[in-house]
Amino acid sequence: MEQTTDSALCERLYRSLYRIRRVEEEVARLYPTDKIKSPVHLSIGQEAPSVAVCDLLEPEDVVFGTYRGHALYLAKGGDLPAMVAELYGKVDGCARGKGGSMHLIDMQVHMMGTTAIVATHIPHAVGYAWALQRQGKPQRVICFLGDGSTEEGVFSESLNFAALKRVPILFVCENNGYAIHSHISARSAQSDIVQRISGYGIPSARVEDGDIFRMREAARTALAAVRDPQGGPYFLEILTCRLKEHVGPKDDWHMGYRSRADIQALLANDPVDQLAARLQPESRQQIETAVEQEIERAFQYAEESPFPEQEELFQDVFA
Amino acid sequence: MSLHDGGERTLTFAGAIQEAMAQEMERDPTVFVLGQGVDDPIGFYGTTLGLAERFGSDRCFDTPLSEDAVTGMAIGAALAGLRPINTHQRMDFLLLCMNQLVNIAAKSCYMFAGAMPVPLVVRGVVGRSWGQGPQHSQAFHSYFMHVPGIKVFAPSLPYDAKGCMVAAIRDNNPVLIMEHRMLFNVQGPVPEHLYETPFGQARVLRSGDDITLVAIGHMVMEASRAARQLAEEVGIAAEVIDPVSLAPLDMATICRSVQKTGRLLVVDNSWTNCGATAEIVAQVSEQWQGSRPVQVKRLGFAPTPCPTTRPLEVDFYPHAASISKAAFGMVRGDGQEWNPERVSAKEVEAFKGPF
Ligand SMILES: Cc1ncc(C[n+]2csc(CCOP(=O)(O)OP(=O)(O)O)c2C)c(N)n1
Ligand SMILES: [Mg+2]
Repeated sequence: MEQTTDSALCERLYRSLYRIRRVEEEVARLYPTDKIKSPVHLSIGQEAPSVAVCDLLEPEDVVFGTYRGHALYLAKGGDLPAMVAELYGKVDGCARGKGGSMHLIDMQVHMMGTTAIVATHIPHAVGYAWALQRQGKPQRVICFLGDGSTEEGVFSESLNFAALKRVPILFVCENNGYAIHSHISARSAQSDIVQRISGYGIPSARVEDGDIFRMREAARTALAAVRDPQGGPYFLEILTCRLKEHVGPKDDWHMGYRSRADIQALLANDPVDQLAARLQPESRQQIETAVEQEIERAFQYAEESPFPEQEELFQDVFA
Repeated sequence: MSLHDGGERTLTFAGAIQEAMAQEMERDPTVFVLGQGVDDPIGFYGTTLGLAERFGSDRCFDTPLSEDAVTGMAIGAALAGLRPINTHQRMDFLLLCMNQLVNIAAKSCYMFAGAMPVPLVVRGVVGRSWGQGPQHSQAFHSYFMHVPGIKVFAPSLPYDAKGCMVAAIRDNNPVLIMEHRMLFNVQGPVPEHLYETPFGQARVLRSGDDITLVAIGHMVMEASRAARQLAEEVGIAAEVIDPVSLAPLDMATICRSVQKTGRLLVVDNSWTNCGATAEIVAQVSEQWQGSRPVQVKRLGFAPTPCPTTRPLEVDFYPHAASISKAAFGMVRGDGQEWNPERVSAKEVEAFKGPF
């Protein structure tokens, strides 16, 4: 990591990372109480790509993500109490409890609603970005996606269209090496996704070491290309690791489909710890105290929020 | 088709599917299994456990997340003489395969005058409970029932889970098997030997003179509970029919029952509009040439996407008490109302996430 990184940046990144990590740890801690009757795909271990990219976004920029969306939602500035209430299935949730963890949304901060069918959102992001461009709007679209989604036909089809029409969109592939329990090497002969897509005519970069500052620098270059009026799409692949099971609050190293040793290098770089070590103890303390208070309030809010009334079942089927 | 021709041995629904595939793979080396996660430690809800170890990784293997192409490749392999079984963790993902299944698999035999049949088994699991939500809970059997050239099974008993799988594997056509997640842990008699559940043969699970309850998939359990509730609490005798095979559909058995009861209530684990319930009721009105008018009613999902939050999800599904209530209204008529107590559905209540 560069020595020159200024402390305001470190504090900002740390605050965002720590906040996401702690929110999800609370989700995991509470999960056995069955208050959250919703599948949860936690981002613990892979918060950094969302934090690094979103740190550089304008409020008006639009993000599309996946069912593993807590980190992106929070990094983009999504409303925390509304997210927790959504997990609880409560009426004050960001989708009034009808969506749950896999379907977070906050249109105030241009976090588009996420879906649970892998890769389905990729063409939506391309179409949205194309439409913004056509309407001469300056904001940009960032599409987060998992490594598994790159195997779907719609991924290739969307990339081809984006390249063809020079659609200004940044694809951010969070490559955690797994789709559920399947390692990427069991799913593709080429695990380097940037290599795989090199023929589309889309500039790309790959960040391999889990360093949040390098992720941020790569994202800065990528966003500059996407914001350039003469620019077009850009593809950023970031290697990262999910520490919990695919879905749910537990560790699953005992299952035998992966071992900690396989991701040792990335683990050694856990940016939450790394950034913490770089902060002045007082400012770290301040950040953590404020975040803890905010989290406590958010869960309290979710606890106290009522469930939706029965007639809500029939609301919003049509616009 | 006696449920007890194998003695007292019982298996779970999932175990019955696993046994059927293992025995058929043993018997016929052209049978193979492909799908996401079929060789992982969970083994596709336990239904593929041990198959990769026993038969090798070219007969039970994981696939990339490429449902459309994998379906097409399974069709290609079937054309080349193999018998693929392709799994889908949720039926919702089958929508990605519709072109291959509807335009190719269902048409190939006919379009080429019998020269290119497609012996393909497609397994689609239907999710429910614990916030599966709008995109992990859908049952699309009626989409396939709509299309000539595809057969559709929806077993509810472990016995038929095995029998349908065996029949599907041996059939020379594309066969979709709809498997409801809530059924996987249900235990029931399953003979050890190989047997087939015939296509187009419904199962009368309980006989009664007052009303015919036709129920699909997991709703068979709820309809059976309703039939008990109706008998015990209000003295109504319901006949419960599980069609098992949705395409072809055994209308003779259903019509015979309706002839006796004069009342038909069809309950589906899906929406009613243009669905399996609509088809069954329509065929009854076309085919039934009885001596008295028939009363008909349908129950299914609320006409909304499936909500994630539990209190709304509870109202989304038909259940024993809502079936009992509807049946009571039909039998007693005259605007008489009965609000039976909710009957516990262990398999639903016991189910916990994370998924
Ligand atoms: C079209 C489709 N196929 C299969 C699934 C089941 N599924 C849910 S998540 C997942 C893994 C996706 O992996 P990846 O894209 O790498 O994202 P990650 O979970 O690692 O964030 C699969 C196969 C699905 N939801 N949608
Ligand atoms: Mg992944």
